[in-house]
Amino acid sequence: MADMVTLTIDGHEVSVPKGTTILEAAKTVGTEVPHYCYHPGMSSPAMCRLCLVEVEGAPKPMPGCVTTVMEGQVVNTQSDQAKSNRQGVLEFYLVNHPLDCPICDMSGECNLQDYVHAEGREQGRGREPKRVFGRDDFGGDVLFYGDRCVMCTRCVRFMSEVEQDHRLTVVERGNRSVIDTFFDEGLDGTDWHENIVDICPVGALVSKDFLHKARAWDLTHTPSICTSCSQGCNIDLHTRDNLVQRIKPRENLDVNGWWICDHGRHNYEWMNRGDRIEAPLARDGSSSRAVGWKDALRGLLDRAASLDAASVKAVASPQSSNEDLAGLKALVDALGGGDIVYRSARAEDEVPLKGFPGLARRHDLAANTTGANLLGMARVGADDASGGLEGVADHGGIVIVLGDGLDDQPESFGGKAGLYIYLGTHESAATTAADYVLPVGTHAESEGTFTNREGRVQRFEPALEPPGMARPAWLILGALAGEQSGGSVARSAGEAFASLAGSNPAFSGISYDDVGSRGAVINESVSLTGD
Amino acid sequence: MAYPYVSDHEVQIVSKHFGDPQQRRVDTYVERGGYQALKKAFDMGPEQVIDMVKSSGLRGRGGAGFPTGVKWSFMPKESGKPHYLLCNADESEPGTFKDRELIRWDPHQLIEGCLIGAYAIGAQHVYIYCRGEFFEVNQILARAVEDAYAKGYIGKDIMGSGNDLELTVHQGAGAYICGEETGLMNSLEGRRGQPRVKPPFPAAVGAFGMPSTINNVETLCAVTHIVDNGGEWYRQYGTEKSPGTKLFCVSGHVNKPGNYELPLGFPLSQMIEEVCGGMRDGNALKAVIPGGSSVPIINAEEVARCNLDYEGCVEVGTMLGCASVIVMDETTDIVKAVRRMVDFYAHESCGQCTPCREGSAWTAKILRRIEDGRGTEEDLDTLMQMTQQMVGTTICVLSDSVAAPVQSSIEKFRDEYLALIRRGERVGAA
Repeated sequence: MADMVTLTIDGHEVSVPKGTTILEAAKTVGTEVPHYCYHPGMSSPAMCRLCLVEVEGAPKPMPGCVTTVMEGQVVNTQSDQAKSNRQGVLEFYLVNHPLDCPICDMSGECNLQDYVHAEGREQGRGREPKRVFGRDDFGGDVLFYGDRCVMCTRCVRFMSEVEQDHRLTVVERGNRSVIDTFFDEGLDGTDWHENIVDICPVGALVSKDFLHKARAWDLTHTPSICTSCSQGCNIDLHTRDNLVQRIKPRENLDVNGWWICDHGRHNYEWMNRGDRIEAPLARDGSSSRAVGWKDALRGLLDRAASLDAASVKAVASPQSSNEDLAGLKALVDALGGGDIVYRSARAEDEVPLKGFPGLARRHDLAANTTGANLLGMARVGADDASGGLEGVADHGGIVIVLGDGLDDQPESFGGKAGLYIYLGTHESAATTAADYVLPVGTHAESEGTFTNREGRVQRFEPALEPPGMARPAWLILGALAGEQSGGSVARSAGEAFASLAGSNPAFSGISYDDVGSRGAVINESVSLTGD
Repeated sequence: MAYPYVSDHEVQIVSKHFGDPQQRRVDTYVERGGYQALKKAFDMGPEQVIDMVKSSGLRGRGGAGFPTGVKWSFMPKESGKPHYLLCNADESEPGTFKDRELIRWDPHQLIEGCLIGAYAIGAQHVYIYCRGEFFEVNQILARAVEDAYAKGYIGKDIMGSGNDLELTVHQGAGAYICGEETGLMNSLEGRRGQPRVKPPFPAAVGAFGMPSTINNVETLCAVTHIVDNGGEWYRQYGTEKSPGTKLFCVSGHVNKPGNYELPLGFPLSQMIEEVCGGMRDGNALKAVIPGGSSVPIINAEEVARCNLDYEGCVEVGTMLGCASVIVMDETTDIVKAVRRMVDFYAHESCGQCTPCREGSAWTAKILRRIEDGRGTEEDLDTLMQMTQQMVGTTICVLSDSVAAPVQSSIEKFRDEYLALIRRGERVGAA
């Protein structure tokens, strides 16, 4: 092809699109050229000088991050010259670095540690007193440890180019250069600033929220999807001791690039909430008692059968997965059919990330509104996700609630129902009248998919163990529906999704594997109310 | 005897009116034949002006010595964008004081050169970026620009030629790195004065993102005379590869320091002895830095065989640079002198590139420790290896400028370092 360029990198011949940088081209042969200042989501100042590589015929080593490939070019990233340059630059970094790894939050995931371990000198030659900047509170969630800074200026460029709110700058020059905020304003009031903690290659910018909470090597990373709005940002849940310790963005250029908003990043404490329903509860007169799953489900179906042709009304949550919602729909259908409504919170304004078009904290503050809509569920209630359940609260037939906490509803909710089934994580006043309270896992404890605002189906994986006997909602609902209708029962989230794809044309043709880690776009164009 | 010192060896072209305050007046300048070269250039046409400057062999006087006419020819012909000519008057190299004098005594010579250059490269606007510390000089230049505007030598329809050219004097705020061409552009645009990654080169993307050419003050002053007298006339001075005359800023331990305009190729030792009146107090010569503090130091033996042109300096392992000759006699403490230079560079490093930001400050600290008598012989190896990591690894050449005096002084004056390290003996301490 005319727009491809063929070159040789470390003896491997590669063809990459014209205009590709040497650094990116090297990735295609599995070589990660060490670098600090370069970040694919921002401009390249080519100032860290760590990515210098040897290009045959060039008079000087060339910065891989800004030098674009040329036909027939021969690049050596592992030559003596390239290696000795990296060793030299790494030594320069350590001249003033405090080497306080034992108390540094970045330790274990620090590029400076990794690079120096891999290619640094065995012994340092620095004998001079180190320059000291000390610490600074940058506002927002960010603490600045000036002495650890490698002056890559990624944080400055993120604020100026990506968030496009010039809150950081480099003051002074030369060896006295230091990152600083303007006056006392700091980062307060910005909505995406915590990404600078992620892109800081060392421990210079650390999160106050995560400060000294866990060591990087003790954290398990689980791919997930943010539930804070309908954007569907790809995230990793970092867990330890069965608790989410922090949320980090996971790269997906189609959705969120490398970024997530500060609101989503901090919205994880609910996943760690302790007062959970741990066992199925069956109402026995005025009190309820814990029962086994078998008894609960059997008893529930028997009770339903005793109600002669009762109509069903169900309340879903747009924070439930496609699989859970499909399970609910299947159960409602198996019980004779009925309306399913959901309530969702909506923000007045979107919060866009100016430098990454297509990424914003959306009006719609639920992860799976699209999924609920595609399954024929209707939105009710106000923009703070309250009200709208008048028809359900006093319904005389079967009432099923999945995932909605019903926090605004009175104790009398479902009191007139012939059968009131509540599937959720916590009890509230409105669950008092429930005949069966069934514990289900949160999205952090389950596997499944969400459909985001643009119709992209994205998978998340379980990061936490569910408490006690809590089980994924799709499993419970699927078992009930299967038993009631005599159909097959999904044994995995993948089977549950396959069943959805087989029955709902919007999802047809998409397999659970296709969705993978990048997501797959559904067949129908999506238009969300109010968007 | 005129302007501090003059010598019979001098060929005064750009420095002809040094010491004569009348020359600053636009009327005097015009009476003495000023602005005729500009008129001539307008009559010739831009291509011919570039060809004439090419034929003169004039090389950039700012330090790099790149042929000026060739540089001008890199400018795109029909880019459809505004072009800019930038005049680098941010003279900051330690040891250099020629541009200051050129502007102080003959500002219209520079203005005329700027206008000719701008016309040749198709620029509509000239910016003279003048060093902030040149307070008096800035005032003189501003006055001269005002006068030239008033007399119609700058502005619309200059001398009835139909050519429009604007000229702005921009005063810097005192950073060495703003004399680096792309650092200057950033500073001019109101950004941090940090050199830019090249490519793109200024002729493609320069000041304000537009095609730009940047020339030194002395270069543009010479252009005025070349256009006036022709390329061949200029070639009668100097050597084949380094034609013309050059202002030498001589400082240090000579009897008559100062600015001397000599034909290129003039022997260095003859300049010290005959032009500058010999060494101070009859002391022996120890070392010379011939091109400003960022070029390698040469010792007395090398001085004896060094001719002052671009090629002659390379032959003895140094560079002509901006021809700022710093002469040091036997009483000079080389370690201290080098440490002082490195301190300067460490202070002036813009801080972008790691090798320069960290390396220059580290080098300064080690040198200070050696100077204080707490050095080790390993320090010299560390200095040599570490400064080698600073050569050719950064965006601009400030980093190389740290390495040059350190490496050359350790090579040539190792004994002096060792005397300090082993016995605490320092030159000139008594």
